[in-house]
Amino acid sequence: MIPILGLVVGIAIGIFLQPDVPLGLQPYLPIAVIAALDAVFGAVRAVLDGIFNDKVFVISFLSNVVVAAFIVFLGDKLGVGSQLSTGVVVVLGVRIFSNVASIRRHLFHA
Amino acid sequence: MPEPTDPEDLGAAPPAPDGESGWHRLARMARPRATKANFFAAVLALSLGFAIATQVHQTGSSNLDTLREDDLVRLLDQVQQDNSRLGDEIQTLQAQRGQLESGVAGSAAARAAAAQRLDSLGILAGTVKVHGPGITITIRDPKAGVTAPLLLDALEELRDAGAEAVAYDDVRVVASTYFTDDDNGGISVDGTLLSLPYTIAAIGDAATLASAMDIPGGVSDSVRRVGATIDVTSSPNLTINALHSIRVPRYAHPVPQPTPSAS
Repeated sequence: MIPILGLVVGIAIGIFLQPDVPLGLQPYLPIAVIAALDAVFGAVRAVLDGIFNDKVFVISFLSNVVVAAFIVFLGDKLGVGSQLSTGVVVVLGVRIFSNVASIRRHLFHA
Repeated sequence: MPEPTDPEDLGAAPPAPDGESGWHRLARMARPRATKANFFAAVLALSLGFAIATQVHQTGSSNLDTLREDDLVRLLDQVQQDNSRLGDEIQTLQAQRGQLESGVAGSAAARAAAAQRLDSLGILAGTVKVHGPGITITIRDPKAGVTAPLLLDALEELRDAGAEAVAYDDVRVVASTYFTDDDNGGISVDGTLLSLPYTIAAIGDAATLASAMDIPGGVSDSVRRVGATIDVTSSPNLTINALHSIRVPRYAHPVPQPTPSAS
């Protein structure tokens, strides 16, 4: 409940403040958001699987974000930034879909 | 990494360990718990929401600096193509405008030239009234000594001095003007008998005209020699109202010119 509230409050803050993304972070923020979403869906699935662990969630969340940003950074340095970003998004998207499928089976048995 | 590090178990949902349903488990986990990890999770979720909103806003107000190199190159190409296309359009329109302007200017200039030509031809042919600086010559001839050749000499002197329009009494002097001595001692110009005293109006540079009358052995001397008096008056603005009525030539016809010059 508290994390959900946090999410809503964060969105509200972002909407009200409308901050500009610093130039250096601009390539990484979208990927980081996708990675964080992946972590969140994974956490929900873990809850349903009964193996949720707060600490693991926090660590996985942070590491997801950092690794995703690092991959994009590396891709930019290697000159394949856009391709690698696409790849990361695809992989994370597949994981999100699989997690959502698992959550769906738990909740709706379908 | 999400909790289940192996997302390959996509087959069937594993049975809940304690038989609890998914909804109950979610509800139990969602219950506020004052643990440190829960607090961290809340902070992470807050930052995630903040990031999502920020990114959405950023994408909505997408500027060039958010675009990647490929997109920028493509955009640049497009802009350059647009630029050259619009440049061509500008050139076309400017050429068109130049054409129109020169057409307007050309016709206006032609009209002005035609009007000027009409004026000068009218002055030359004596069909328009004229005014300007000039002199008025009055010759009193009580002894009837003045003859037509003397008046013709006066006219020649005036023309030499640059007179542009001349009138004897009410007779406008043109190219075809002639002077005849009358049987009764009078003088006719273009068939009109001049009344005494003879009055000659000439428009031109007044000083030049006046001095042309006064040259030794000139008009003034000749007039005085025959016992008449001459009086020359300069005027800064003299008006000649006398007009010459044009007769259509009966015998002379212009030879058609192959290319009419529009000077």
